[in-house]
Amino acid sequence: MNSLTIDAARSAIQERRTTAALLAEAFYDRIEKDDPQIGAYLTLSKERALAKAEEVDALAAKGEKLPPLGGVPVAIKDVMVTRGVRSTAGSKILGNYIPPYDCTAVARMEAAGAVVLGKTNCDEFAMGSSNENSAWRPVHNPRDLSRVPGGSSGGSAAAVAADMAVAALGSDTGGSIRQPASFCGVVGLMPTYGRVSRYGLIAFASSLDHIGPLTKTVKDAALVLRTIAGRDPMDSTSAEVPVPDYVAELEKPVRGLKLGVAKEYFGEGLDAEVRSSVEAAIQKLASLGCEVVPVSLPHTAYAIPTYYIVATAEASANLARFDGVRYGHRAGDARTLSEMYRRSRDEGFGAEVKRRIMLGTYALSAGYYDAYYLKAQRVRTLLTRDFEEAFKKADAIVTPTSPTAAFKLGDKVDDPLAMYLADIYTVTADLAGIPGISIPCGQTREKLPIGLQILGRHFDEATILRVAHAYEQAS
Amino acid sequence: MKVTEKDVNYVADLANLELTAEERTRMVRDLNSILGYIDRLNELDTANVPPMAQVSDRYSVDQSKQGSERFAYASREDVHEGLRKSLPHEMALQNAPESDGTFFKVPKVIER
Repeated sequence: MNSLTIDAARSAIQERRTTAALLAEAFYDRIEKDDPQIGAYLTLSKERALAKAEEVDALAAKGEKLPPLGGVPVAIKDVMVTRGVRSTAGSKILGNYIPPYDCTAVARMEAAGAVVLGKTNCDEFAMGSSNENSAWRPVHNPRDLSRVPGGSSGGSAAAVAADMAVAALGSDTGGSIRQPASFCGVVGLMPTYGRVSRYGLIAFASSLDHIGPLTKTVKDAALVLRTIAGRDPMDSTSAEVPVPDYVAELEKPVRGLKLGVAKEYFGEGLDAEVRSSVEAAIQKLASLGCEVVPVSLPHTAYAIPTYYIVATAEASANLARFDGVRYGHRAGDARTLSEMYRRSRDEGFGAEVKRRIMLGTYALSAGYYDAYYLKAQRVRTLLTRDFEEAFKKADAIVTPTSPTAAFKLGDKVDDPLAMYLADIYTVTADLAGIPGISIPCGQTREKLPIGLQILGRHFDEATILRVAHAYEQAS
Repeated sequence: MKVTEKDVNYVADLANLELTAEERTRMVRDLNSILGYIDRLNELDTANVPPMAQVSDRYSVDQSKQGSERFAYASREDVHEGLRKSLPHEMALQNAPESDGTFFKVPKVIER
């Protein structure tokens, strides 16, 4: 079970060495034993999982070819809605929410045979970098229980790292797939904006939200992406761009590919051990025949301030829907409608969510709109142009995923700004809408995983997956 | 201090948040700290830079087309039963904190 990949799980079921039902039960046993210490799962969907497993087992029994994820136990971040299975987005305000429909990405996973074990813990509404903003409980990093798993997809990363799922879906708005992947020592892929439908993803910042996989191997990330990618009529921002066979593309040679290195990602604040691991990884890629070229991303220092205006402005609008009327928490003692809205939101939202709603509302309010929101949107253009220029010289850009390895629980909870800076190397890709992957590239002296980030051109996930796969195979 | 307690009260009102006295004090401190950092955006001259509200109109469309034509693929007929049927009443109301079986119930809005 420890090193079970998607193909290994699927072929074990296909060849009748085990059944999907037995495999799911084995994972539930593992969850029961280990998850009390880790806290990766919020809700288990056992009934749904076993029904799916039986379907897959019936196919296998008839000797039919299983679909690509046939019988593979997976975990879904709780920001994706699942029909009939509680979906809280890590928030008290949705504590009892039972969605009447399925998120497209989840439906596509199941259509490809995946067995959904349950919903994973996350920062409330995906707002956080440590998973400490979950309204339910923090997640502990399986590699070191005193440390955070990263966020906001910390539960998904921890579930995969602790072998409590073969693969998981997460969401990334400012780094929320890649940073926890890096902290937990797994693979995390944020696809291009528009590559994967957002239908059924509880919205945080609509122009920045992405769904993507967290897996043990690069090949598994390619398999999951191939499953969930492609136009969905239910999301008008999902792109009409052909989806290549990412798995087949992995085997293409990397020799001759140009890898950009930007000095802006190796400056002040980068931990020395992270730096040397990432530099060694770049050397390794060079030894595989990639050409390392210097690129410049001059506006990088402005990415975090831009992000915290754009993301919070969009969040303040998206979270206006939580009013205690149609679903979610309603305060019990309100006498007027307005009082009911306020008290319900006050009781339902946690501190960080309120902070971001306040910041976003402030940035959009009369008198500040031009100074903050419009200004940030203009800088977003500059950040995007930086990448457009860089990708004229390079086929992919390699950077550290995070400036440090996993930090201790409690370290940054009292300083929101310090927490925001944990996303310094990841947010720019979200703003520009380009894809990025984080893969393990060694560890610190304290045995904490370090992540290498590879960024690519719009809709060119194939190239970053190929580079990541080549590195993984060589290391 | 850019943001005063008065600003926090005003914005909380816009955002339909009540906030305790303690939360308000903390909010003044946090917003000032974050906005102080955000102010570095003013180092950049963006007078001639167009704003970017979303990624899609930059990339995922046919660049040879103009305006809404570029998003033609995303439009569809406005049909009575669209891509997804409307939820049955029972299902639409199942998560409601309070309902009478036909409508969502809220505290009285109009006095008479």
